[in-house]
Amino acid sequence: MAAPDTRAVRSAGAQARTRAFRFLKGAAARLRHLVLIPILLLLWEGAVRSGLANPNIFPPPTAVFKATVDLAEAGLLWADIRASVLRVAVGFGLAAVTGISLGLLLAMNRKVAAYMLPLVEILRPISVIAWIPLAILWFGLGDHSAWFIIFIGGFFPIFTNAYTGACSVAPIHVQVSQCFGAGRWLFLTRVMLPTAVPYIVTGLRVGLGVAWTCVIAAELIAATSGLGYMIQLARSMVETEKVMSGMIVIGAVGFLMNSLMLWLEHALVGWKTPN
Amino acid sequence: MGPISIRNITKSFSTPDEAEAVVALDDVSCEIKAGEFFCIIGPSGCGKSTLLHTIAGFSKPTMGAALRNGAPITGPGPDRTVIFQEYGLFPWMTVHQNVEFGLQAKGVGKAERKEIVDGFIDLVSLTRFASRYPHEISGGMKQRVSIARALAPDPDVVLMDEPFAALDSLTRDLLQEEILRIWERTGKTFVLITHNIEEAVFLGDRVMVMTARPGRVKAVVDVDLPRPRDPSIRAHDLRFLEIKNELSHLLRAEVVRAAAA
Repeated sequence: MAAPDTRAVRSAGAQARTRAFRFLKGAAARLRHLVLIPILLLLWEGAVRSGLANPNIFPPPTAVFKATVDLAEAGLLWADIRASVLRVAVGFGLAAVTGISLGLLLAMNRKVAAYMLPLVEILRPISVIAWIPLAILWFGLGDHSAWFIIFIGGFFPIFTNAYTGACSVAPIHVQVSQCFGAGRWLFLTRVMLPTAVPYIVTGLRVGLGVAWTCVIAAELIAATSGLGYMIQLARSMVETEKVMSGMIVIGAVGFLMNSLMLWLEHALVGWKTPN
Repeated sequence: MGPISIRNITKSFSTPDEAEAVVALDDVSCEIKAGEFFCIIGPSGCGKSTLLHTIAGFSKPTMGAALRNGAPITGPGPDRTVIFQEYGLFPWMTVHQNVEFGLQAKGVGKAERKEIVDGFIDLVSLTRFASRYPHEISGGMKQRVSIARALAPDPDVVLMDEPFAALDSLTRDLLQEEILRIWERTGKTFVLITHNIEEAVFLGDRVMVMTARPGRVKAVVDVDLPRPRDPSIRAHDLRFLEIKNELSHLLRAEVVRAAAA
């Protein structure tokens, strides 16, 4: 028998304490790094109040804050957030399902992939914005156009990551699978998919970020609800503080989505990190 | 005719930076008998791993043939499982799931699988570690998992590619004793590639010595030591030391020749 693993013997209590300490230390450092934000906001507020900047074009942070609170209290903000998030859910869901399936399928069939990949590489560099006119022609104004735009935006990072991940099965794992006579299904589910999961999760995180920027772009032009529509409407009425508050909400929701995906990444790919 | 028959195998590789093809194996022939512990030693780069990969079915000979029960080997298969030097465990599977993999591939039912897996995990003394992941266990334990995984689908031939080369000498000695015990219990044909002479003599019924590149058969030496073999023979048995010396002599000449080339 080899020596027992002493790492595992360490008490769970001691481990929890070190982990809590490390977390607090990390949180303190992160807070310190946020110090520029209040300084900038103060300078901005001061500049507007002292007459250095035009409040119609540069509404002060207090006005933006007030506008946000007003929108939230009137319930309009939540309706717009809901509309945008739901659109992303549909478009991103479609992109995730097709991107992951196609990535794995092509990795299992490299000969077919050789024909498909050039196609993907030609379509991929086309900006999502450039798809909007076509989306309106095909689907008209409304949800369908937005779904399509979000799908296009989310699909490429998800597909590319899934395919790359599925192709990165270690040669020795291929040999082991062949040696034991593993069938295609077993290889796909127990070898290729687990190898690809870290890549897939990264692809989903990047894809969701792109999808969130896409929904705003789509709503600016082709929708009558959502955060993108809201800031466009506020622009037409020269309510600059509303435009800015909409932008801040877009940023906050995007940040939350990314945090959620980072957490998911950590939870799913735990076996990769020994500690 | 044995379960594995190597008939005049030549294997050459073409490499981009060398004008001529590199000949890894040159007219290699041998018969491996059923239930035998057959060891192959040779200097680095003599093509011994290529020979094992040919038996495993990963590599096809340029000329000649590898036969399994008289039929040419056309590809890898669960009748000839491999224990790799780098273990080749799946890091996302527990010890139990890794050992189970070959049985799943074979289509064994769930209840039966559990019984077989538990049995082989017990055979390699890892019952307490069955739900651990590979990164949580030592190198010696990983190789034990690999041994259990190779045996679980009940192959006829177990192929080992320098399985203990990456381990420290004490762990290596213990695993040699364990593999010997397992071989005696299962009665399967074991083929072991090694560059460790002592390992080959301690384990093998016969030891095939290969020449430096291109790999040819230099000699096949019978290890006429009684079984079961006690670990102490490695230090005290005169016949053991005699065979070890003979093999050292044969191999030394080849290592010198490889260094001069």
